[in-house]
Amino acid sequence: MTSPRTLYDKIWDSHVVEEQQSGNSLIYIDRHIIHEVTSPQAFEGLRTAGRSLRRVETILAVPDHNVPTTADRETRVDSIESKTQLDALERNCKEFNVDYIPMMDARQGIVHIVGPEQGFTLPGTTLVCGDSHTSTHGAFGALAFGIGTSEVEHVMATQTLILKRSKNLRIDVSGPLGSGVTAKDVALAVIGKIGTAGGTGSVIEFTGSTFTNLSMEGRMTVCNMAIEGGARAGLIAPDDKTYDYIKGKPKAPKEAEFEVAVKYWNSLKSDPEAKYDNEVFINAFDIVPQVTWGTSPEDVLPITGIIPDPMNFKGLDKKASIKRALDYMGLKPGTKLTDIKVDKVFIGSCTNGRIEDMRAVAAVVKGRRIVVQALIVPGSGLVKLQAEHEGLDQIFIDAGFEWREPGCSMCLAMNADKILPQERCASTSNRNFEGRQGPKSRTHLVSPAMAAAAALRGYLTDIREL
Amino acid sequence: MDKFTKISSVAAPLPITNIDTDMIIPQNFLRTIERTGLGKHAFSNIRYNDDGSEQKNFILNQPAYRRAQILIAGENFGCGSSREHAPWALTDFGLRCIIAPSFADIFYGNSFKNGLLPIKLPQDIIDSLIKDAERGANAVFTVDLENLEITRPDGEVIGFEIDPFRQHCLVNGLDDIGLTMERGEKISAFEKEQKIQQPWLYK
Repeated sequence: MTSPRTLYDKIWDSHVVEEQQSGNSLIYIDRHIIHEVTSPQAFEGLRTAGRSLRRVETILAVPDHNVPTTADRETRVDSIESKTQLDALERNCKEFNVDYIPMMDARQGIVHIVGPEQGFTLPGTTLVCGDSHTSTHGAFGALAFGIGTSEVEHVMATQTLILKRSKNLRIDVSGPLGSGVTAKDVALAVIGKIGTAGGTGSVIEFTGSTFTNLSMEGRMTVCNMAIEGGARAGLIAPDDKTYDYIKGKPKAPKEAEFEVAVKYWNSLKSDPEAKYDNEVFINAFDIVPQVTWGTSPEDVLPITGIIPDPMNFKGLDKKASIKRALDYMGLKPGTKLTDIKVDKVFIGSCTNGRIEDMRAVAAVVKGRRIVVQALIVPGSGLVKLQAEHEGLDQIFIDAGFEWREPGCSMCLAMNADKILPQERCASTSNRNFEGRQGPKSRTHLVSPAMAAAAALRGYLTDIREL
Repeated sequence: MDKFTKISSVAAPLPITNIDTDMIIPQNFLRTIERTGLGKHAFSNIRYNDDGSEQKNFILNQPAYRRAQILIAGENFGCGSSREHAPWALTDFGLRCIIAPSFADIFYGNSFKNGLLPIKLPQDIIDSLIKDAERGANAVFTVDLENLEITRPDGEVIGFEIDPFRQHCLVNGLDDIGLTMERGEKISAFEKEQKIQQPWLYK
């Protein structure tokens, strides 16, 4: 009898190529997604050393970070540097024969939305990408994590990484979600509780009825934000919902093989007696719509809250960091969150750029007019097509939104989509860091429904009172 | 990769918590296909004014610390993105060692691949090192990776811990891809076995 194991333990154990003397393990990597920003130096490294790709069929390439999102994207050049990176990706993929989805392909989009859509993301696999939000794919029960460019090159050349086993952190949220509360609010509430370094050194497994009741889209939102809690990877055990999503996707196993795969995937869930290094339990009943007020995702409060006073925090460092955040955000202690005026609204990103997010926004804004500039950027061409098929694009346009082409866009402002200095944005993305959406930009992270509500009122808004 | 054995330098104190990768190297400067040349953009948003002039108050702009090879920072240094541009920018600036109470996982791993040594120490020790560092040009620290020791300006020696494999690679400037490629047979054996168990991963 082997001792009871967690989902993470099982995926880890099944990928150990070799235990090394140093206490590290050589871990096999099944799937690798690349984009234009973190791959050029890796390809260059391979060329310089005269190395080749060990298994080219395990790589999928998609440009996303700095593609333009305007309708004229094919001929538009936002900057020579962006163009150079986009061209480099295409050239490298051609030279090394990598499966490449070009910008003008209907399947193009944000890597973490495209992977699942193509059936490239599968349970029980190890999946990496030179992007920290690779944790998204953990929603399928894949051990998925972001890596640096040196590791991108390491995986390209060897199909492995040298890793140390992480700790198991269980985050259990149980119970039904209240009105207006979404997967994004759960993710933000979890980060508010554990802190932005709470998951450092750990892989988070999200357990409990709240997560099992979420759609795959919602589960991806939650796992996406695991990195904002410090955990390199988040995991949710695969179930029938997972298999229904995967079935029929272009790169998923087919027919009899699919059935064999499901049998294997069903064996992955954590054993009932499995031990976690740490456990956090949250009652879904206690979660209300969330909004961030500072410059770290852990600076989060219920929308009913008020801006905190730095003097009420313990420790000189903490007081100073809260004060710094409020100065940056241009906010005063005691201000009601719902009294904060916004200049722009951004809906999209690998956190909230999926079809369910588009539907949630449409439900809020249908037949109404927004009062601030608002971008809605589908996470992929397929999301865009589906939304247009459902007539959502017309709802957005009628409401006053700019309906854009897919890409990372204003989440990190590498293309022309930026928040101007001192402008305030209600955003469905994942990071409210200083300068994240453009130099001196001010970001408030919210769910898609809350972002839509803010666009209608021009202030941060409690969706339940709209 | 540059070897790291021993360095002696002043240390710049930057006691801010959660210094994220967007702060270390803003998104504008990620549009490069090179690893070099990012030093002038390190900490760009807090280092320069809007007109491009230097922010006088920023620690690395002050005369004593302009050539610091050591940075002492607050907890959770390097949180956020996986961009290796962060350690590239720091080393291109001239930094070789970051001392903090804790680091984000991805940044921590990326540092070792680029000759940048991240050292974790308890907050109370960090506090005393920051006091030393604030003395500026008169306070030279020595960081010795082979012996896992920091020597404070007054001569006191503080030990630190690093994973022995990472220490070995950094001290010798080793390319770990080369080392892993020597395990090619083991990797092939793994693939052969996995292909039987999960054939759908080999289409």
